[in-house]
Amino acid sequence: MTSASVEQVWEWLETIPDPEIPVITIVDLGIIRNVELHDETCVVSVTPTYSGCPATSMINMDIETKLRDCGLDKIEIKQQLAPAWTTDWMTDKARDALEKYGIAPPQPAGGPKRCPRCGGDHLEKLSQFGSTPCKAQWRCQDCLEPFEYFKCI
Amino acid sequence: MSVDKQQLLQFLLRQGDNTLVLGHRVSEWCGHSPILEEDIALANTALDLIGQTQMWLGYAAEVQGEGKTADDLAFLRDAWDFRNVLLVEMPNGDFGQTLLRQFLFDAFQSVLMGRLMKSSDEQVAAIAAKASKEIAYHVERSADTVVGLGDGTEESHDRMQAALEYLWPYAGEMFESDDTDAAMAAAGVAPDPAGLREEYDALIGKVLGEATLTIPDSRYNHKGGRNGAMHTEHLGHLLTSMQWLQRAYPGCEW
Repeated sequence: MTSASVEQVWEWLETIPDPEIPVITIVDLGIIRNVELHDETCVVSVTPTYSGCPATSMINMDIETKLRDCGLDKIEIKQQLAPAWTTDWMTDKARDALEKYGIAPPQPAGGPKRCPRCGGDHLEKLSQFGSTPCKAQWRCQDCLEPFEYFKCI
Repeated sequence: MSVDKQQLLQFLLRQGDNTLVLGHRVSEWCGHSPILEEDIALANTALDLIGQTQMWLGYAAEVQGEGKTADDLAFLRDAWDFRNVLLVEMPNGDFGQTLLRQFLFDAFQSVLMGRLMKSSDEQVAAIAAKASKEIAYHVERSADTVVGLGDGTEESHDRMQAALEYLWPYAGEMFESDDTDAAMAAAGVAPDPAGLREEYDALIGKVLGEATLTIPDSRYNHKGGRNGAMHTEHLGHLLTSMQWLQRAYPGCEW
């Protein structure tokens, strides 16, 4: 067993991309709630974005694989429900990365601020839902391109 | 006040079976919806409901204390053990009927979850807080669609009115209360559902009014789902499809 500090584990976790939106990491997404070392066991607390999000089990697997690759062998992944995940926990770095990738970042107003492609602000909602539970479909009336909006919850 | 484990288990099964059965019903639309956006929306709604089921039935299995999992409860029980309200096992009908059923349920969930977030049981409060964010999206969409179709063409209006008349006698069961509800209310775990009716009626009255739909006068209720006395024949058919894999290959794991 390689010994590691809590800070080191956070650094490792920061390299794991979200399986469905690979331009942001799971740490940027705000779903890693805690890292603790109990004796020789590394305990990582993860909160789901949406309760039925299929990426949750893949994320848990990715964490375990990464930490094993880094030399840890006693890993426990805990699901933490409360407090419920909110998009407020997403970092500014992640918001910028999302926009560059073509996904409008979450806004407290409940809709995208501008089109991630042309920057236009004449926008219309196509559907409350999108290709993953965390996104909705919108369209820009300036450039006419549809785009995804990361829902604010 | 301490909670009777058996009563808490019944309460949790009611929550989890409602979301499980409706989640399965809604998933039946996958690949069959009128347009792509609606197909995605229905599949996402079903996914949220099944996610909520994992939390409710996961906790139910823990309270039960027999070493079972949420999957065991979902796939290894037969119709008589299910505790969902009859409303959620009703067939999908047309798209309008599916969305009206969804609205009648979403509206109830939105009122109930607001109360459960203050539950004396921390796990119940945590699940409700998580689920309420998803339910807010569900009720917004189902209400909008009910208004769009109800106050739409003559054809869509007539279909929505027919759906309301078909489903209305199943709405009342959500507000039935019995010994389990009394035990939950006494322990501060959950409110007596009968006390939620006024808020519910105000919410659906506003939306159905906007949808130009007429709520039937009759308050006759079909019941027997949430207490397990008698489900409709539809549940058995639904389970044969949902539980097919475990029935054909008992114990099979993914």
